[in-house]
Amino acid sequence: MENMEFKYPKATRRVTGRAHVGVVASGDMEVLIEPSQSTGASVTITTSVRGFQSTWQAVFDRFFSRYDGAVRIVINDSGATPGSVMLRLQQAAEVLGK
Amino acid sequence: MNTEDTIMEFIHRRSFIELDARGRAQSLLDEGSFKELAGPFARMQSPWLPMQGVAPQSDDGCVVLKGKIDGKPAVVISLEGKFQGGSIGEVSGAKICAALDLATRDSVQGTPTPAILLLETGGVRLQEANLGLAAVAEVIASVLSLRPHAPVITIIAGTVGCFGGMSLVAGLSSYVLMTREARLGLNGPEVIEQESGVDEFDSKDRALIWAIDGGEQRVGMGLADALVEDNVEAFTTAVRSLLAKGIPAVHRSELVDCYRSRIEALDVTEQIDPAELRAQWRQADVEGGVR
Repeated sequence: MENMEFKYPKATRRVTGRAHVGVVASGDMEVLIEPSQSTGASVTITTSVRGFQSTWQAVFDRFFSRYDGAVRIVINDSGATPGSVMLRLQQAAEVLGK
Repeated sequence: MNTEDTIMEFIHRRSFIELDARGRAQSLLDEGSFKELAGPFARMQSPWLPMQGVAPQSDDGCVVLKGKIDGKPAVVISLEGKFQGGSIGEVSGAKICAALDLATRDSVQGTPTPAILLLETGGVRLQEANLGLAAVAEVIASVLSLRPHAPVITIIAGTVGCFGGMSLVAGLSSYVLMTREARLGLNGPEVIEQESGVDEFDSKDRALIWAIDGGEQRVGMGLADALVEDNVEAFTTAVRSLLAKGIPAVHRSELVDCYRSRIEALDVTEQIDPAELRAQWRQADVEGGVR
């Protein structure tokens, strides 16, 4: 298992509400997304698979290059592939926006 | 019905099995009537899984919704079979007990609050061993407290099925609903094979497993009350008809003598198969079936 954290201080648009999507099933993950307590966005990941920090970083760099929101994201992961991770993030952002 | 109609009906049906635990629970309650208790943002997750290198889930795989069915109070407790096989740990066990005990309190105080348990579980979570076993004992105590005051309905939709300690909870429920895809058993097929050998039980023989543990056989044996098609409307209808029946005069688990005499009456001079078992069981039927 591995824990990691990323920060995106440039994501400053205020958001309201919160959303939960996904299941910590094999090859999947859950996302909890809610307004950040500080300025900018933060991401906290708990994953059962070790050694993919740079891949996670790349996925989130790309996500926050398109998404502006001062959110706190918490992820519990059970081996989701980068493609699944991006889909779950987009789903969470969509549910939050509703 | 012609083939085309059958296909169109299959395509347009709202599958119950394909929903996750939260979706299943929500589908049974009146729209907009429910709220989730101790949901994901309450962050009541297992403290034991991360210690063992396993990612936890923010609701510990147990969704509790309090709401209404046809305007009357009900609580739905739904296990997520895809997270750790729907296993019962310290936190998920405590959530189930607290929800059942609140329903009991409300029922005793004059607001009957039936509980609907959606059990997709392999039983105790091995990583939480003794705490999980204790949790199952507590859930059983809570079911027994509630069922004299309001019906406890267990739904086993699939595809995980209901095994281990939680199969006892199903057995103690007022009613059990299953699909053809669902399974109910104390020991899972792999466990039986591991303990008694492949000659006793071949856990790769899916036809054998479903012939014994499957919904059709369980309903046929009177261990479950009805076989439900895999669609949301069929489940909401089945649940409503059981709620209308109310608390059964006699619970299945109270029929100890009945079951003992049935087992004694079985002719096992030759190995009997599941169909033969059901046939012999039927012969022993008294007026009105098992209950």
